[in-house]
Amino acid sequence: MSVAPVELDLPEQDESVATDKPWVTIVWNDPVNLMSYVAFVFQKYFGYPKAKANELMMDVHQLGKAVVANGSREEMERDVEAMHGYGLWATMQHDT
Amino acid sequence: MRGVRRPVVAQFARARGGGISLTVGVSERRILARIFTEMLELVGDEDEPTDPLAAVLGVGRIGTSTSAPEDPALARLFPDGYTDDPEASADFRRYTEPSLRAAKRLGLRTALETIAEPGRRRMVITFEQADLWLRAINDTRLVLGERLHIDDDWDLVAASLPQDDARHGIYWVYDWLTYLQETLVRSLL
Repeated sequence: MSVAPVELDLPEQDESVATDKPWVTIVWNDPVNLMSYVAFVFQKYFGYPKAKANELMMDVHQLGKAVVANGSREEMERDVEAMHGYGLWATMQHDT
Repeated sequence: MRGVRRPVVAQFARARGGGISLTVGVSERRILARIFTEMLELVGDEDEPTDPLAAVLGVGRIGTSTSAPEDPALARLFPDGYTDDPEASADFRRYTEPSLRAAKRLGLRTALETIAEPGRRRMVITFEQADLWLRAINDTRLVLGERLHIDDDWDLVAASLPQDDARHGIYWVYDWLTYLQETLVRSLL
Protein backbone atom coordinates (compact mmCIF):
# COMPACT_ATOMS: atom_id res chain seq x y z
CA MET A 1 0.00 0.00 0.00
CA SER A 2 1.37 3.33 -0.87
CA VAL A 3 0.75 6.54 0.85
CA ALA A 4 0.18 9.63 -1.19
CA PRO A 5 3.15 11.91 -0.85
CA VAL A 6 2.52 14.96 1.22
CA GLU A 7 3.82 17.19 -1.58
CA LEU A 8 1.31 15.84 -4.04
CA ASP A 9 0.03 18.51 -6.34
CA LEU A 10 -3.39 18.98 -4.86
CA PRO A 11 -5.82 20.72 -7.14
CA GLU A 12 -5.21 24.29 -6.17
CA GLN A 13 -8.06 26.47 -5.08
CA ASP A 14 -8.60 28.42 -8.25
CA GLU A 15 -8.51 32.06 -7.30
CA SER A 16 -10.55 32.93 -10.34
CA VAL A 17 -13.56 31.65 -8.44
CA ALA A 18 -13.38 34.75 -6.31
CA THR A 19 -13.11 37.17 -9.22
CA ASP A 20 -13.19 36.93 -12.98
CA LYS A 21 -10.00 38.86 -13.50
CA PRO A 22 -7.67 38.02 -10.64
CA TRP A 23 -4.33 38.81 -12.33
CA VAL A 24 -2.89 42.05 -13.62
CA THR A 25 -0.09 42.99 -16.01
CA ILE A 26 1.98 45.95 -14.90
CA VAL A 27 4.29 47.99 -17.12
CA TRP A 28 7.09 49.77 -15.25
CA ASN A 29 8.84 52.99 -16.14
CA ASP A 30 12.35 52.86 -17.53
CA PRO A 31 14.62 55.59 -18.88
CA VAL A 32 15.15 54.08 -22.35
CA ASN A 33 11.76 53.28 -23.83
CA LEU A 34 10.31 56.18 -25.80
CA MET A 35 6.97 57.62 -24.72
CA SER A 36 5.71 57.47 -28.29
CA TYR A 37 6.81 53.85 -28.59
CA VAL A 38 5.16 52.76 -25.34
CA ALA A 39 1.86 54.38 -26.37
CA PHE A 40 2.20 52.77 -29.80
CA VAL A 41 2.65 49.31 -28.26
CA PHE A 42 -0.42 49.80 -26.03
CA GLN A 43 -2.47 50.74 -29.09
CA LYS A 44 -1.15 48.02 -31.31
CA TYR A 45 -1.03 45.05 -28.95
CA PHE A 46 -4.00 45.73 -26.67
CA GLY A 47 -6.02 47.54 -29.33
CA TYR A 48 -6.61 50.47 -26.95
CA PRO A 49 -7.84 53.73 -28.43
CA LYS A 50 -5.16 56.40 -28.74
CA ALA A 51 -6.45 58.40 -25.76
CA LYS A 52 -6.38 55.39 -23.41
CA ALA A 53 -2.97 54.27 -24.68
CA ASN A 54 -1.57 57.75 -24.06
CA GLU A 55 -3.13 57.91 -20.61
CA LEU A 56 -1.59 54.59 -19.61
CA MET A 57 1.75 55.65 -21.05
CA MET A 58 1.66 58.87 -19.00
CA ASP A 59 0.85 56.85 -15.87
CA VAL A 60 3.90 54.70 -16.52
CA HIS A 61 5.99 57.80 -17.13
CA GLN A 62 4.78 59.89 -14.18
CA LEU A 63 3.73 57.34 -11.57
CA GLY A 64 6.38 54.78 -12.40
CA LYS A 65 3.98 52.03 -13.38
CA ALA A 66 0.53 51.28 -14.72
CA VAL A 67 -1.80 48.32 -14.76
CA VAL A 68 -2.30 47.78 -18.48
CA ALA A 69 -4.41 44.63 -18.48
CA ASN A 70 -6.21 42.19 -16.22
CA GLY A 71 -7.51 38.70 -16.68
CA SER A 72 -6.74 35.08 -16.05
CA ARG A 73 -3.24 33.91 -15.21
CA GLU A 74 -2.79 32.44 -18.70
CA GLU A 75 -3.95 35.64 -20.36
CA MET A 76 -1.58 37.76 -18.29
CA GLU A 77 1.34 35.45 -19.03
CA ARG A 78 0.62 35.94 -22.70
CA ASP A 79 0.49 39.71 -22.28
CA VAL A 80 3.68 39.87 -20.22
CA GLU A 81 5.51 37.78 -22.80
CA ALA A 82 4.23 40.08 -25.57
CA MET A 83 5.41 43.15 -23.63
CA HIS A 84 8.85 41.57 -23.21
CA GLY A 85 8.80 40.93 -26.95
CA TYR A 86 8.44 44.69 -27.44
CA GLY A 87 11.13 45.39 -24.85
CA LEU A 88 8.75 46.89 -22.30
CA TRP A 89 9.50 46.13 -18.68
CA ALA A 90 6.40 44.23 -17.58
CA THR A 91 5.51 41.87 -14.76
CA MET A 92 2.33 40.19 -13.62
CA GLN A 93 0.95 39.70 -10.18
CA HIS A 94 -2.13 38.67 -8.37
CA ASP A 95 -4.55 41.53 -8.10
CA THR A 96 -4.77 42.69 -4.51
CA MET B 1 28.51 66.09 -64.23
CA ARG B 2 28.94 64.64 -60.84
CA GLY B 3 26.63 65.66 -58.11
CA VAL B 4 27.86 66.36 -54.65
CA ARG B 5 27.19 63.42 -52.40
CA ARG B 6 24.82 64.67 -49.79
CA PRO B 7 25.12 63.20 -46.34
CA VAL B 8 22.07 61.16 -45.47
CA VAL B 9 20.47 61.15 -42.09
CA ALA B 10 18.73 57.82 -41.79
CA GLN B 11 15.00 57.94 -41.32
CA PHE B 12 11.82 56.02 -41.80
CA ALA B 13 8.76 57.44 -43.52
CA ARG B 14 5.45 56.26 -44.84
CA ALA B 15 6.01 55.06 -48.41
CA ARG B 16 3.61 56.43 -51.01
CA GLY B 17 2.97 53.08 -52.61
CA GLY B 18 2.33 51.38 -49.27
CA GLY B 19 4.66 50.13 -46.58
CA ILE B 20 7.46 52.03 -44.89
CA SER B 21 10.55 53.46 -46.50
CA LEU B 22 13.97 53.57 -44.93
CA THR B 23 16.47 56.08 -46.24
CA VAL B 24 19.96 55.36 -45.08
CA GLY B 25 23.47 56.45 -46.04
CA VAL B 26 26.40 54.15 -46.67
CA SER B 27 28.18 54.76 -43.39
CA GLU B 28 24.95 54.65 -41.41
CA ARG B 29 24.14 51.33 -43.01
CA ARG B 30 27.56 50.06 -41.96
CA ILE B 31 26.96 51.14 -38.36
CA LEU B 32 23.53 49.49 -38.30
CA ALA B 33 24.91 46.25 -39.77
CA ARG B 34 27.68 46.14 -37.23
CA ILE B 35 25.54 46.87 -34.22
CA PHE B 36 22.75 44.45 -35.19
CA THR B 37 25.35 41.74 -35.79
CA GLU B 38 26.77 42.37 -32.33
CA MET B 39 23.27 42.21 -30.92
CA LEU B 40 22.70 38.84 -32.59
CA GLU B 41 25.83 37.56 -30.92
CA LEU B 42 24.63 38.87 -27.57
CA VAL B 43 21.15 37.39 -27.88
CA GLY B 44 22.64 34.15 -29.18
CA ASP B 45 22.64 33.40 -32.89
CA GLU B 46 21.64 29.80 -32.42
CA ASP B 47 18.82 27.97 -30.77
CA GLU B 48 19.70 27.28 -27.18
CA PRO B 49 19.50 23.89 -25.51
CA THR B 50 15.98 22.95 -24.65
CA ASP B 51 14.60 20.52 -22.17
CA PRO B 52 15.07 17.07 -23.81
CA LEU B 53 12.04 15.67 -22.01
CA ALA B 54 9.87 18.42 -23.46
CA ALA B 55 11.19 17.59 -26.92
CA VAL B 56 10.35 13.91 -26.46
CA LEU B 57 6.90 14.71 -25.17
CA GLY B 58 6.39 17.18 -27.98
CA VAL B 59 5.22 19.93 -25.68
CA GLY B 60 7.17 22.58 -27.50
CA ARG B 61 10.36 24.29 -26.61
CA ILE B 62 11.03 24.66 -22.96
CA GLY B 63 14.19 26.41 -21.91
CA THR B 64 16.55 25.30 -19.20
CA SER B 65 17.37 28.65 -17.64
CA THR B 66 15.34 29.55 -14.59
CA SER B 67 16.98 32.76 -13.43
CA ALA B 68 17.62 36.13 -15.04
CA PRO B 69 20.84 36.37 -17.09
CA GLU B 70 23.84 37.75 -15.17
CA ASP B 71 24.65 40.30 -17.86
CA PRO B 72 22.43 43.26 -16.92
CA ALA B 73 21.82 44.04 -20.60
CA LEU B 74 20.53 40.52 -21.23
CA ALA B 75 18.57 40.65 -17.99
CA ARG B 76 16.85 43.76 -19.34
CA LEU B 77 15.93 41.95 -22.58
CA PHE B 78 14.70 38.90 -20.65
CA PRO B 79 13.27 40.20 -17.37
CA ASP B 80 11.38 38.28 -14.72
CA GLY B 81 7.73 37.74 -15.53
CA TYR B 82 6.30 37.99 -12.02
CA THR B 83 6.53 40.99 -9.72
CA ASP B 84 7.41 39.22 -6.47
CA ASP B 85 7.49 35.53 -7.16
CA PRO B 86 10.90 34.07 -8.09
CA GLU B 87 9.48 30.56 -8.38
CA ALA B 88 6.73 31.53 -10.80
CA SER B 89 9.23 33.73 -12.66
CA ALA B 90 11.52 30.71 -13.08
CA ASP B 91 8.70 28.65 -14.56
CA PHE B 92 7.61 31.54 -16.77
CA ARG B 93 11.19 31.91 -18.01
CA ARG B 94 11.48 28.24 -18.91
CA TYR B 95 8.35 28.47 -21.02
CA THR B 96 8.86 31.86 -22.63
CA GLU B 97 12.57 32.67 -22.92
CA PRO B 98 13.38 30.36 -25.87
CA SER B 99 10.60 31.82 -28.02
CA LEU B 100 11.39 35.34 -26.83
CA ARG B 101 15.01 34.87 -27.87
CA ALA B 102 13.90 33.51 -31.22
CA ALA B 103 11.62 36.52 -31.71
CA LYS B 104 14.45 38.93 -30.94
CA ARG B 105 16.72 37.10 -33.36
CA LEU B 106 14.05 37.35 -36.03
CA GLY B 107 13.85 41.12 -35.55
CA LEU B 108 17.61 41.56 -35.80
CA ARG B 109 17.92 39.26 -38.80
CA THR B 110 15.07 41.02 -40.59
CA ALA B 111 16.76 44.37 -40.06
CA LEU B 112 20.09 42.98 -41.27
CA GLU B 113 18.46 41.57 -44.40
CA THR B 114 16.86 44.92 -45.25
CA ILE B 115 20.17 46.74 -45.20
CA ALA B 116 22.11 43.91 -46.84
CA GLU B 117 21.05 44.96 -50.35
CA PRO B 118 24.03 46.86 -51.64
CA GLY B 119 24.05 50.25 -53.25
CA ARG B 120 20.59 51.42 -52.34
CA ARG B 121 19.77 54.45 -50.27
CA ARG B 122 16.07 53.93 -50.01
CA MET B 123 14.40 50.68 -49.21
CA VAL B 124 10.72 49.89 -48.77
CA ILE B 125 9.65 47.39 -46.14
CA THR B 126 6.27 45.94 -45.25
CA PHE B 127 4.43 46.83 -42.04
CA GLU B 128 5.31 43.40 -40.65
CA GLN B 129 8.98 44.05 -41.32
CA ALA B 130 8.62 47.53 -39.85
CA ASP B 131 7.28 45.99 -36.64
CA LEU B 132 10.33 43.73 -36.46
CA TRP B 133 12.64 46.67 -37.16
CA LEU B 134 10.99 48.57 -34.32
CA ARG B 135 11.74 45.73 -31.92
CA ALA B 136 15.31 45.38 -33.19
CA ILE B 137 16.06 49.07 -32.70
CA ASN B 138 14.39 49.12 -29.30
CA ASP B 139 16.24 46.02 -28.09
CA THR B 140 19.51 47.58 -29.24
CA ARG B 141 18.72 50.79 -27.36
CA LEU B 142 17.87 48.79 -24.24
CA VAL B 143 21.25 47.08 -24.37
CA LEU B 144 23.16 50.31 -25.04
CA GLY B 145 21.11 51.96 -22.30
CA GLU B 146 22.28 49.34 -19.80
CA ARG B 147 25.88 49.59 -20.95
CA LEU B 148 25.83 53.38 -20.68
CA HIS B 149 23.76 53.43 -17.46
CA ILE B 150 21.28 55.69 -19.23
CA ASP B 151 19.02 57.66 -16.95
CA ASP B 152 16.92 60.78 -17.43
CA ASP B 153 20.00 63.02 -17.21
CA TRP B 154 22.27 61.01 -19.47
CA ASP B 155 22.95 63.91 -21.82
CA LEU B 156 24.43 65.91 -18.93
CA VAL B 157 26.60 62.95 -17.98
CA ALA B 158 27.72 62.56 -21.60
CA ALA B 159 28.52 66.26 -21.85
CA SER B 160 30.70 66.11 -18.76
CA LEU B 161 32.94 63.35 -20.13
CA PRO B 162 36.40 64.22 -21.44
CA GLN B 163 36.46 64.70 -25.20
CA ASP B 164 38.54 61.60 -25.87
CA ASP B 165 36.28 59.31 -23.83
CA ALA B 166 35.40 56.21 -25.83
CA ARG B 167 31.82 56.34 -24.59
CA HIS B 168 31.06 59.40 -26.74
CA GLY B 169 30.71 57.16 -29.78
CA ILE B 170 28.29 54.85 -28.01
CA TYR B 171 26.24 57.79 -26.72
CA TRP B 172 26.12 59.06 -30.28
CA VAL B 173 24.84 55.73 -31.60
CA TYR B 174 22.27 55.56 -28.78
CA ASP B 175 21.01 59.04 -29.54
CA TRP B 176 20.95 58.39 -33.26
CA LEU B 177 18.98 55.13 -32.81
CA THR B 178 16.53 57.03 -30.60
CA TYR B 179 15.91 59.47 -33.44
CA LEU B 180 15.63 56.64 -35.96
CA GLN B 181 13.13 54.79 -33.79
CA GLU B 182 11.06 57.94 -33.32
CA THR B 183 10.77 58.36 -37.10
CA LEU B 184 9.65 54.74 -37.38
CA VAL B 185 7.01 55.04 -34.64
CA ARG B 186 5.67 58.21 -36.25
CA SER B 187 5.45 56.60 -39.66
CA LEU B 188 3.48 53.69 -38.17
CA LEU B 189 0.97 55.80 -36.26
